Amino acid sequence: MSLLNAPVMATLLETPARLISLSFSDLLIIVVYFVVVLGIGLYLRRYANSSQDFFLAGRDMSAWVAGLSFLSANLGALELMGWAAAAYQYGILAAHFYWIAAFPSMVFLGLVMMPFYYISKTHSVPGYLQLRYGEGTRALSGISFAFMTILMSGINMYAMALVLKVVLGWNIHFSIWVASLTVAVYVTLGGLYSAIFNEVLQFFLIWLGALAIPIMGLIETGGWSGMVARIQERVQSDTYVHLWSTLGSFSANPMGVHWTGIVFGLGGVIAFGYWTTDFLVVQRAMAAKDLRSAKFAPIIASYFKMIVPLIVIVPGLLALAVLPFKLVPESALQPGLHSYNEVLPLMLARYCGPGLLGLGVTALIAGFMSGMAGNVSAFATVWTYDIYQPYIRKTESDAHYVLVGRWCTILAVILSIATAYFVTQFKSIMDYMQALVSFFIAPLFGTVIIGMFWKRATSKGGFWGLLVGTVSSVVMYTLVKVHPAYLSTIALSPNAKDMAENLYRALWSWIICVLTTVAVSLFTSPKPASQLQNLVYGYTKMSDEAGLPIYRRPIFWGAGVAVFFAVLQWIFW
Amino acid sequence: MSREQHMLPVWFFIGVLLTVYGVIILITAISDFSYPSTVVLAQYHPDIWGGILLLLIGGFYTIRFWPRKR
Repeated sequence: MSLLNAPVMATLLETPARLISLSFSDLLIIVVYFVVVLGIGLYLRRYANSSQDFFLAGRDMSAWVAGLSFLSANLGALELMGWAAAAYQYGILAAHFYWIAAFPSMVFLGLVMMPFYYISKTHSVPGYLQLRYGEGTRALSGISFAFMTILMSGINMYAMALVLKVVLGWNIHFSIWVASLTVAVYVTLGGLYSAIFNEVLQFFLIWLGALAIPIMGLIETGGWSGMVARIQERVQSDTYVHLWSTLGSFSANPMGVHWTGIVFGLGGVIAFGYWTTDFLVVQRAMAAKDLRSAKFAPIIASYFKMIVPLIVIVPGLLALAVLPFKLVPESALQPGLHSYNEVLPLMLARYCGPGLLGLGVTALIAGFMSGMAGNVSAFATVWTYDIYQPYIRKTESDAHYVLVGRWCTILAVILSIATAYFVTQFKSIMDYMQALVSFFIAPLFGTVIIGMFWKRATSKGGFWGLLVGTVSSVVMYTLVKVHPAYLSTIALSPNAKDMAENLYRALWSWIICVLTTVAVSLFTSPKPASQLQNLVYGYTKMSDEAGLPIYRRPIFWGAGVAVFFAVLQWIFW
Repeated sequence: MSREQHMLPVWFFIGVLLTVYGVIILITAISDFSYPSTVVLAQYHPDIWGGILLLLIGGFYTIRFWPRKR
């Protein structure tokens, strides 16, 4: 889940001096990266000539490519930095946002929902909603998705420029324009092929760039137990190193949440809502070459999602153990101090000399740029297929829509740059932009899942469920903003802290969406069965995998994720 | 034959990039060997190990996915 952190950005604005100085070899590594990504875009131009190629990478990706890009589309640099900061602040509880987010939702997408997305041959999540519910629901989700995607792309670009300013001392305008133009070139040329190739590249860079931190850090502390001992000595508490045992009450853990919020809010609704309906990630699985590969892609991604905490959460914990100074919240930032959000760059600078440092910085840059590329390619697809084609020009040639997609990509980059500059003037707007994304995720999941499993759900039910669910999320958010005491009502506890608001608001808005969909559907007429073929359970012929050896079936590997998840929870209980 | 089978696979590009990075980092590490950086645990030479790792992974992917005539 991409949880761009507005306080991260506010913090970085206040930090005066750069954290890292780059050597010649570091700069060379960065330059080589830009040359390679542009070269990849130029190379792939010849393969991205039909709309299926440009928007869906030919539906030709292997399970591994689709799976790694599926994960990387979410694994942006700002998320990495934000969750390392969260680990410093909240301890190992931050790992929940990887582990319970990965399982069961990603496995559920692969085993249960991908067949409907793939067999229906839809090109996007709004496209599925049009087939299942009709134009109203498609328009609502398509327009909101297109709008949010551009906002997030712009925020991503601004965030990158700010990080590079603080970490490296680079000019903000230089960073925004160089990165944006690079993304514009390679996505306009190669479409989703380029975006996916660069995401897989980014996956390797992030791992190889960040791996030095946990390795060297655990050597410095004398292993995991040594790190834990140091943390406990510093914070005078053992609540930072337990995953579940401190979640019995809101006041017993640093995050101020209860296990119900983690299980039902985060694991049940937010994670499902994001991983199963966010088109940016689902598009990658839809680009797979066949149904079995499409089912495998999220499952492969979930294994790697489970081990991402090694390079994100462990650095945050190590910082708590080894840094000779204490990091502070943004509100307490002063010259000479560092905020939680600078954890990852600080740890990179601690262990990485010339060369490795350049690799780590390149990994962060790659993460930011891939985030923008993913957003603009998803925007181009949704705009072209779900807004332009159905409502503006219905019967044009395939080449026309590809051309629209290319121009749309350029437009998306321009709008993203404009958003980035807009945010420089109104920095607090980022907080609201992030909330905007969260309004839609949970209700959209409710609408999609009911549509896939309940034949009786009607077009009006789907539309009103999505609308009412979204409005309820907006209302709850506004209430808490205006009168913070409402948090205790939404989270059902006076001890709930800010993090709990997201979790419980998602849960309630999902419930409201589902109840509204059911209620309206019972009073309206459903589509005939002939129009629900390949869209709903019971009307969709699933592939028969009985003839395959068990190790070649997605469900076997999905079960493996469950075992892996259970072991991790037990180890870090 | 699918499109993907004619196109150079992404693994090849990854292999080339990592090999180049491995070379850059190893050269930097060797040239700075007598003057280790001031980072923590520099005496373990993580840059040399990192460079070797990149070369191994990059080399594997480059050779494995080198374009061949079909």
